[in-house]
Amino acid sequence: MSEDDAPPVRARGLVKRYKEVLAVDHVDLNVDHGDVYGFLGPNGAGKTTTLRMALGLIVPSGGTVELFGRDPMREGARALEGVAGFVEAPRFYPYMTARKNLELLAALDGDGAAGRIGEVLDVVELAPRARHRVGGFSHGMRQRLGIAAALLRRPRLLILDEPATGLDPAGMRDMRLLIRRLADDGITVLLSSHQLPEVQELCDRVAIVDSGRVVYEGALADLRRQGGAGYRLRTADEERAIEVARAQAGIASVRATGEGIDFQADEGHVAELSLALGRAGIGILSLSPELATLESLFFRLTESHAGEPAATGRDGRAEGELVGAEP
Amino acid sequence: MSSAATAPPLVEARSRPRRPSTLTVYRWELRKLVAQKRTYLGFVLVCALPLIFVIVENIHERQGHRDNIFASQISQSGLATPVLMLLFLSVFMHHVVVSLVAGDIVANEDGNGTLKTILTRSVDRGQVYAAKLLAAFSYAACALFLSAAVATLAGVASWGFHSITTFSGTVVSAPKGLLLVFAANACFLIPLLTVVCIGVMLSTVTRNSAAAVVGTIGFIILVLIIGQIPGLESLHPYLLTDQFENWHGLLRTPTDWAPIGHSAWVCALYAVPSVVAGYLVFLRRDVAGG
Repeated sequence: MSEDDAPPVRARGLVKRYKEVLAVDHVDLNVDHGDVYGFLGPNGAGKTTTLRMALGLIVPSGGTVELFGRDPMREGARALEGVAGFVEAPRFYPYMTARKNLELLAALDGDGAAGRIGEVLDVVELAPRARHRVGGFSHGMRQRLGIAAALLRRPRLLILDEPATGLDPAGMRDMRLLIRRLADDGITVLLSSHQLPEVQELCDRVAIVDSGRVVYEGALADLRRQGGAGYRLRTADEERAIEVARAQAGIASVRATGEGIDFQADEGHVAELSLALGRAGIGILSLSPELATLESLFFRLTESHAGEPAATGRDGRAEGELVGAEP
Repeated sequence: MSSAATAPPLVEARSRPRRPSTLTVYRWELRKLVAQKRTYLGFVLVCALPLIFVIVENIHERQGHRDNIFASQISQSGLATPVLMLLFLSVFMHHVVVSLVAGDIVANEDGNGTLKTILTRSVDRGQVYAAKLLAAFSYAACALFLSAAVATLAGVASWGFHSITTFSGTVVSAPKGLLLVFAANACFLIPLLTVVCIGVMLSTVTRNSAAAVVGTIGFIILVLIIGQIPGLESLHPYLLTDQFENWHGLLRTPTDWAPIGHSAWVCALYAVPSVVAGYLVFLRRDVAGG
């Protein structure tokens, strides 16, 4: 397989152990060309450690990770060709200006990166502050400078660790727009985040990691579909409607939410329920399908596995399968 | 970033990128040093001491015999000043100054998180380590020769550019004396760069600037103490601190090259393992700071 064909990120059995603590536990990742790949998990789940291993900053205790078929541990800087990004907050030399920082990084990139400094500063709208020292920059400006520094490398794979953390709502929106645009330009994006709306809006595939293990990997749409077809019902008499629904075959997980009655069922049973409600003389105000939100699925996956072994296969990963979802 | 949606594409057709050389990384390490105030603190120290010395000597205008042959000539030739300053500063002060940079050069970047920034670019870890070591060497050389230049200028300005008597009692002309002053500093650079190697190694291993600086200075103090313990005289030729006087042979007639050759290989015994250990640790270490 040539480097151009090799997947942008492929991790197999990645392990990182700090003495007694198993920070990353046999993680497999498959990021394909063109993916906007969400890497989700609660704080301390092992996301950043995994990304550091991918970038060659941390030596894995076991397993391998390859970027376009190249192992950063074996090939060093060459494995990072076409790869850019940052883990945790991007860091710069506070005593230098933004432009000087980018000049330094461009010099360390080679490949004519210095000629792109003006362009990337324009993209992140930092051109007017280019001659200001980074020490005086806000968190949001540093995040944007981090993106600019990444773009200097003309990446094919962009690895971003919580890029919107600490940004104000407008900054978050702009960051999403920028990531969307970079993805549209053909850059594969590996986006670590615990901001679920961000992932829901940007990503097509996700891995959800909890306690160092991947508990789901696959298409976001598949994840939501496997979360179960839910419905929300609003009626003129909620108490009686709940009684009718609970008595009806094929209707599960009936509960009042304050905004109506949520339940799970297939379409045939929903039709039978509506007839039963009519027979009982209960007026239906609205009945609408509610796909499981990423948030509810995320909590279902991560909270059900806290402190217990993942109910996954031998390799600790459930590809395209919702682990912990209700039957 | 709202204009992002209208900006030109950032992905272009690519060929095999050209990787930067270690020289490029070294140049940027120097620029980083130049941009930091800490760098100038050491320079100010090594420049201020000769100036203070000359001012005090001018005020007191002491004459007559002193224990040291160069101290006796202080008001007779300005070239005695840089030799005396090298005698004083080579005991401890120069090592403190270079330790401030050597002990900080890796650990500081680790602590601030900028190490991860540069290690995710197109340079290998070995290049970064080599560039940092070379930058610390350059700083040490600059501090040493700057101090010598300031001492020479201040001395000559106060007492003139005259011939000078060496350790062996031979009078040498002023131009030759000047050459010997800078050759003596060049010889002293050998043990001084060894201290740099130890500082950079400790900076890499400890990941803590303060620990690395204190560790380097502490090591020198320890060796100085060992040199004072009775019964350990046989160790003296192999102690790093004894190599700090290697340049004395240059100020004798005929020139005694033996101490210089001896110090070269003894210093290598300290420097090479330090450099190799620091390099190996740097290559395999986890960069988790920042």
